[in-house]
Amino acid sequence: MSTQRTTRAGAGQTAGSAGRGRADKRLFQTIAYLLLSIVSLFCLIPFVLVLSASLTKESSIIENGYQLIPTLISTEAYSLLFKYPEQMLKAYGVTIGVTALGTAFGLFLTSMTAYVLARKDFKWRNGFSFFFFFTTLFSGGLVPWYLLIVNYLHLKDTFLILVLPLLFNVFYILVMKSFMSGIPEAIAESAKIDGAGDFLIYSRLIIPLSKPVLATIGLFIALGYWNDWYNAMLFISNDNLMPLQYYLYKMLGNMDGMRRAMIASGAVVNLQIPSESLKMAMTIVAIGPILFAYPFIQRFFVQGLTIGAVKG
Amino acid sequence: MKRYGFWHDALKYRTLLLMLLPGVLFFMLFAYIPMAGVVLAFKQYTYDGGIFGSPWNGLDNFRFFFDSGSAWQVTRNTALYNIAFIIVNNVLEIAMAIFLFEIAGRWFRRVFQTLLFLPYFISWVVVGAIAYNLFSFDYGTINAVLKGLGMEPVDIYNTAAYWPVLLVVVSAWKAVGYGSIMYLAAITGIDTEMYEAAEIDGANIWQRITRITIPNLYPTIIILVLLAIGNIFRGDFGMFYNMVGNNGLLFASTDVIDTFVFRSLISSNDIGMSSAAGFYQSVLGFITILLANYAVRSYDKDRALF
Repeated sequence: MSTQRTTRAGAGQTAGSAGRGRADKRLFQTIAYLLLSIVSLFCLIPFVLVLSASLTKESSIIENGYQLIPTLISTEAYSLLFKYPEQMLKAYGVTIGVTALGTAFGLFLTSMTAYVLARKDFKWRNGFSFFFFFTTLFSGGLVPWYLLIVNYLHLKDTFLILVLPLLFNVFYILVMKSFMSGIPEAIAESAKIDGAGDFLIYSRLIIPLSKPVLATIGLFIALGYWNDWYNAMLFISNDNLMPLQYYLYKMLGNMDGMRRAMIASGAVVNLQIPSESLKMAMTIVAIGPILFAYPFIQRFFVQGLTIGAVKG
Repeated sequence: MKRYGFWHDALKYRTLLLMLLPGVLFFMLFAYIPMAGVVLAFKQYTYDGGIFGSPWNGLDNFRFFFDSGSAWQVTRNTALYNIAFIIVNNVLEIAMAIFLFEIAGRWFRRVFQTLLFLPYFISWVVVGAIAYNLFSFDYGTINAVLKGLGMEPVDIYNTAAYWPVLLVVVSAWKAVGYGSIMYLAAITGIDTEMYEAAEIDGANIWQRITRITIPNLYPTIIILVLLAIGNIFRGDFGMFYNMVGNNGLLFASTDVIDTFVFRSLISSNDIGMSSAAGFYQSVLGFITILLANYAVRSYDKDRALF
């Protein structure tokens, strides 16, 4: 499929450049470059603003507000964050743990479920597919779900509740199922003749053949865990279980509380906390790994969207 | 033989069934049991009685929800925001996809695409932080610029009127990269012979786009828009909550069903009304998605959800 796309794209380019030198085309391309540049800058500048603000001296922010280019550069916010990093490192630890465990288990369970649904000889596959799919059409809503978790399963303030809700996603199951349906059946047939069981076929044959879709869905799952704050907001009140995004959320909304906690823990002796630059520094710390990994992982997401788009 | 069919099959598929078990248990527990929990909407919740033991109170919860005046406000806001998002985001996504397709430089195409897609990767909490950086009354960049120009600062977080526009911009900012990649994939799939033929016939670039590219995108556009319409009563909680939070001054123009349900549950602990509102949303959502699917199905059977 991907070779086909490249040839098509290549051909598109030839078709496009056949009229090179034509005024209307040059004009259009100029406009396209211009607008794309504007929109791209629009997407990028907010990140630059946050970065600059995190590196600006607090007194300068108080006086002039946040600015694109800092007038007085200072790393005091970062020094403070890294001087008493205990809470931040804990939050990092929780997020990394949740993301690693959730992605590993999520990927295993999603692919296993998808494999069964992709097996054309499995008599009840349509029934089970509908069982999963129906949950995207109708839901009991927030309240029964919340009460079930808090009052019946007693999962409030547990590590597990940060992992469980994002473990399965019907859309990911369906994308994987459609990928696995494209794997020639002859492969599984011959293994079956050699006496391999269903699980063995899945784990030894289908998994290695599904690497592209596993990489893509795995990254989608990992991004979902890394960015999750919602489940923490609903279910976590223990500071030791606060993931990174929720820690940032609390810091943005409750600088006074944060200040008191820092004073109580001896992190600062007086009330002089650069709270405005600190908020922005914490934002940078929270998105740092994503921004760092982004150039390398981006193409997998593009791949995933394209699979989804083809499927509809 | 046929009488034993089920057990025969169950035995035959035992490994496959076992492999499905985790998923089935998961959705049973976290989706189907809560579905049964919608009975809460018709009950007076008591902690001791729980979901199934609390006494019934008929339609009282719904009466309370509709009489509060919030029902109409949050329904209207949810639908109107989603309509605005669908229109603005799709128009921008298609435009960006066409631009990305038409520009000649491959390197530029990759750079632009990378930058457009960037906002998709950050959480709504981080978007909230960025919004604070821009909109804060005392320190916000926007006000810093306005003050620098000798103008009066604007109190964005206390003015409901700004928010419909702001939220549409923020939604587009985060979503357009994602959507334009889908449309770009659709454009790249268009048969190039059409472009070549148009070129020979002397079509200019504007004609190529309006007569070939856009008509060929219609199927994709129709499907994506119809599916989005199916979700018109589902608000993006993460966005609204991180942008607006519990700022009551802005509710008139920013409160959606999802934030209302959340607040009624967590802040007011009004389990009866929040489950009534949640049930109302589930039913509305279910009906609209069925209608949307019906529309997709009659347009193109293969692209329908079910």
